[in-house]
Amino acid sequence: MRLINVRPDRGTALVLAILPFALVILAYVLGSAERLALNPDDKLLPSFGTIGDAIVKMAFTADNRTGDYLLWSDTAASLGRLLAALAISTAVALVVGVLIGMLPAVRAFLAPFVGMVSMVPPLALLPILFIVMGLGEESKIALIAIGITPFLIRDLAMRVEELPHEQLIKAQTMGASSWLIALRVVLPQIAPRLMDALRLSLGPAFLFLIAAEAIASDSGLGYRIFLVRRYLAMDVILPYVAWITLLAVLMDFALVKARRLIFPWFGAAK
Amino acid sequence: MTAISVRHLWKEYGDQIVLEDICLDFAPRSFVALVGPSGCGKTTFLRILLSQEHATRGEVLIDGRPIAPEPDADRGVVFQRYSVFPHLTVLGNVLLAAELAEAPLSGRLFGARRRQAEEEARALIAEVGLKGAEDKYPAALSGGMQQRLALAQAIMRKPKILLLDEPFGALDPGIRADIHVLMKALWNACEMSVVMVTHDLREAFTLATRIIAFERRRNRPEEAARYGATVAKDIEVWPKRIAGTRNPATGVGGSPDTPHSPGRDDPATSSGTGRDDPALKTA
Ligand SMILES: Nc1ncnc2c1ncn2[C@@H]1O[C@H](COP(=O)(O)OP(=O)(O)OP(=O)(O)O)[C@@H](O)[C@H]1O
Ligand SMILES: [Mg+2]
Repeated sequence: MRLINVRPDRGTALVLAILPFALVILAYVLGSAERLALNPDDKLLPSFGTIGDAIVKMAFTADNRTGDYLLWSDTAASLGRLLAALAISTAVALVVGVLIGMLPAVRAFLAPFVGMVSMVPPLALLPILFIVMGLGEESKIALIAIGITPFLIRDLAMRVEELPHEQLIKAQTMGASSWLIALRVVLPQIAPRLMDALRLSLGPAFLFLIAAEAIASDSGLGYRIFLVRRYLAMDVILPYVAWITLLAVLMDFALVKARRLIFPWFGAAK
Repeated sequence: MTAISVRHLWKEYGDQIVLEDICLDFAPRSFVALVGPSGCGKTTFLRILLSQEHATRGEVLIDGRPIAPEPDADRGVVFQRYSVFPHLTVLGNVLLAAELAEAPLSGRLFGARRRQAEEEARALIAEVGLKGAEDKYPAALSGGMQQRLALAQAIMRKPKILLLDEPFGALDPGIRADIHVLMKALWNACEMSVVMVTHDLREAFTLATRIIAFERRRNRPEEAARYGATVAKDIEVWPKRIAGTRNPATGVGGSPDTPHSPGRDDPATSSGTGRDDPALKTA
C-alpha cells in the first residue's frame, strides 16, 4: 500500500503522539542520572526529585521576602501583559484590517505603510520603547502589540480580500451600505479567521513578552527565569519553561474550541 | 415597469474585445434567455447589467435612465456559485434581505417586525422547496438547494430586474423541471423582468419570452481577440408568454403553460399549436 494511504488507527495514533514526549523524558532521565552519578552536585540536569522540590517552593510556598507564591504572581503578571497586548492588537487589527481589505482607498493609503512597518524588527524598537515609555508595564505591552499587530492586520486584510467577490456584490443587490456589508457579511466571516490568526501569533507574543521581561522587569515568568539563571537554577528554569509552554498550548486549544463553538459553520464552509 | 435598453455596448479587456456593438431592447416584464458558446461574454453582459462591470463604450438604460454605477436593490442576482452567505443559516440568508433593507444601522430586526419578516422568509423558503432546512448552513445543502436558496434570497428583496447566471446548470433534470415551474411562478407573481444566462436551449425555450444568442462572428485564433461577440439570433418565443396571465381568473390570451414539461428522455409531447420547436412537433 502507498504510504499516503496508510492511516494509523486511534490507538496507534495516540501511541505515536505520546512517543516523542516519552523519548525526550527518557533521554533526560538517563542523562540526568548519569551526570548525577559522576557529580551529585551537578546543576545542569537536576533529577525529577529536585525539580519537584523547586516546584513546591515556587508554587506552594510563600516567598519569605514578599509573601507571594512566586509562580502564581509571576503568571498573573505575565498573563496580564500578554492579554492586554492581545486585546489591543486584536482591536486595532480588526478595524484596520477590515478597512484595508474592504475599501480600496484605505488599501491604497495604508497597505504599503503597514507592509513596511511589519518588517521593522520589534526587538530593535525595545530600547526606544523603554526610553519613551519608561520601564513600566506600558513598554512591555507596547512591544508585544507592535510585534504582532502588523501581522494580524495583513493577515486579516488578506482574508477579507479572499472572500468571494460575489458575496459583496450580492450584499449590494440586497441594498446594503458599506457599513452593513462590514457588519453583517465581512465581520462575521472574518471573526473565526481572526481567531486562527491569533493562534499563530501566540508564539511571537510569548517571545516578545519573555524578551521584555528579561530585560527590564521585577515580576513575570520571563523575569524569573532570567533572574535564577544567575544561580544556574535549572530546577526552576525547566518547570517554568514547561509551564509557559503549557499556557501557550492551553490558549491555543481554547481558541480552537471557542471558534468551533461560536462559528459552527466555519469548518464546513472552508 | 422596467424596460432595459442596451445601446451600442462594447466591452474590452485590454486588447481583447469581448462584446461588440450590442443593441437590445427588453420590454417590461420580459423573460430573456441569453445563450451562446462558452467564453462569448454572457457573464460579462450580465455583469454590466448588474454594474459589477462597466461598458467600455455605449450605455445601458433602465426606463430611459442610465443604470446606477454600482449594484443596487433594483437588480437582484443569482450567480453560478458563491451566491449565498456561508455564515448564515437558510433562514438567516433569506431574512438578511429584509434586515439589510430595513435596519440601516444595526442590520438586524427585532420584535414584531422581525417576526413578520421571518414569516415572509419562511413562506418563501417553503415556496422554493427548502422547508425543513431553515436551520441548516449552506455547507450542509446540495448545490441545487443552494441555488434555490439564492433564488429565494434574491426574490425576498423584490427586485425589478432579476439576473441569473446559469443558475440551474448543476441540477439534474428532475429537480430542474421543478425549479422551472417555480421560476415561472415567481416570474408571474413578482413584478420583475428576468435575464437568464443558460447553456440549455430547452431550458431557454421552456422559460423565456425571448431568446438572445451571442456569438463571435469570427473565430480564427488570430482574429478572435479583435472581434467580440454580437447578437447572432434574436428569437421571440411563440406562442407569446405574458407575465402574470397564467391565472385563468385574470388571464386572457395566456400561453398554455404545462407545469411539467417532458424530461430530456421522455417522448416529446405537443405543447400547443404553432410552437416552432421541431422536437416538440413530432409527437
Ligand atoms: N476580468 C477579466 N479580465 C480579462 N478578460 C476577461 C475578464 N472577464 C472575462 N474575460 C474574458 O471575456 C470573455 C467572456 O467571458 P465570460 O465570462 O463573459 O464568458 P461566458 O459567455 O459567461 O462563458 P461561460 O458560458 O463559460 O460562462 C472570455 O474570453 C474571458 O477570457
Ligand atoms: Mg459565464
